[in-house]
Amino acid sequence: MKIEVKNLEKKFKDFTAVDNINFFIKDGQTLGLLGPNGCGKTTTIGMLLGLIKPSKGEILIDGINFDELNREKILSKFNFASPYVELPKKLTVKQNLEIYGRLYGVKNLSQRIYEISDDLNLGLFINKKTGELSSGQKNRVSLAKSLINKPEILFLDEPTASLDPDIGDFVRKYIEEYKSKNKISILLASHNMKEVERLCDEVIMMKEGKIVDRGTCNSLIEKHGRNNLEDTFLKIARNKNELE
Amino acid sequence: MNWNKVYGLSLRHFYLIKSSFPRILDLIYWPSIQIFLWGFISKFFTLSSSYYNNTVGVILSAAILYDFLFRSSISYNMMFLEEIWSRNFTNLFISPIKLKEIIAALTLTAIVRTLIGTVPAVLLAIPMFGVSIFKIGLPLISLLLSLYLFGITLGLLVTSGLIRFGPSFENIAWASLFFLAPLGCIYYPIEILPEWLQITAKILPLVHIFEEMRNILINDIISYTQILLAIVISVFYFIVGVTIFYISYAGAKIRGTLINIGE
Repeated sequence: MKIEVKNLEKKFKDFTAVDNINFFIKDGQTLGLLGPNGCGKTTTIGMLLGLIKPSKGEILIDGINFDELNREKILSKFNFASPYVELPKKLTVKQNLEIYGRLYGVKNLSQRIYEISDDLNLGLFINKKTGELSSGQKNRVSLAKSLINKPEILFLDEPTASLDPDIGDFVRKYIEEYKSKNKISILLASHNMKEVERLCDEVIMMKEGKIVDRGTCNSLIEKHGRNNLEDTFLKIARNKNELE
Repeated sequence: MNWNKVYGLSLRHFYLIKSSFPRILDLIYWPSIQIFLWGFISKFFTLSSSYYNNTVGVILSAAILYDFLFRSSISYNMMFLEEIWSRNFTNLFISPIKLKEIIAALTLTAIVRTLIGTVPAVLLAIPMFGVSIFKIGLPLISLLLSLYLFGITLGLLVTSGLIRFGPSFENIAWASLFFLAPLGCIYYPIEILPEWLQITAKILPLVHIFEEMRNILINDIISYTQILLAIVISVFYFIVGVTIFYISYAGAKIRGTLINIGE
């Protein structure tokens, strides 16, 4: 599945959150969406997920405008995980996975829950209430929910934020392995540049609602004459003229 | 309509109810307290009022029916608020579920929550005060249907407000029913209201429902016209409620409030 974003714009009254951006996510690609806080990443993801209506422009899924497609059919091929969006805390992990499995119309749901629990080592706490879990456990449950429907496009918003290095590494490794075994495209918004360097085939840099640069991690590092992606990010984020 | 998805979303609320005994107790507690309170008031009135002296428990029956309306509306609101409080809103709205499936799931689950609270109170009223709303007979089904539809409609209007204005609209959720109660003529006949308010009251289904209840219990007469009118008005408001919910959802997508409503 391929996503193409054309001249996408979102205005909230007088404030332009996303300003005429263009990019595409190729089939099987992991695209990094980088930028300082408030640069329009979440709004962009919101528009791609159908939660926010663009003011202008279009989102094409395999060449067809999102608005012309069957919303439910498209959303059944998407999923999303973010530490800032939680699952009902008073329900157990298994109950949450069962509910979302049903909402996504997953076939052989018990088998799928078993598989994903096994893959992400949820077995020890699968019958515990989600609200009683540690951040690392919650994060893995959120990832399990986002993969319950075997999405063709996965949106990840800071998937390893607030995780200790060990769990963070486990999650990154899992995403890498999952991607190698399954046909999936990923849009990853993250502030962890090492994670982006490790996972992303290409990145786009956003600033003040605009895309200011794009390319592979190495090409951007080289272009901006820096040693790593973090320094490159800082240069772009702090350079006022970069928007020109 | 995909009933598997409706069932999936309903399950979320059944699991929630099932997971906590205090939650079930809370559902039963308030209606039962209402019945005790109105039971004693009703008993006093039946002994002291000439208007009510032929029919035991008219006020208590009104209290039970009003509580049914109150519970159905609050149940609907509570389930929607649960999604906001648990910060699950985004997950729900990016899943491939249609708005009508969300409405159907909340409507079906609200009846379960409502019955958990109301049935014990109804049963309690029989031995405690010798009052049974089943004396209304078969029209009771139509009256409950109208009340339920109107309760859900109020729930839909409040949830539309929550989508439009965010969690700050929560207080309105609790106040919405008390606002309409004086116009509903729950405990008194419509003639008590000033003439100009009677016109307003008649466009609500509540007046027709509670007038009909009194008509049956006091005069032993069934007016099918009034029952039908109550249902028609309730259905009309329900359609208006659903329409406003869809408009609010479309507006929330423009304003971008769906993505961070729990925060």
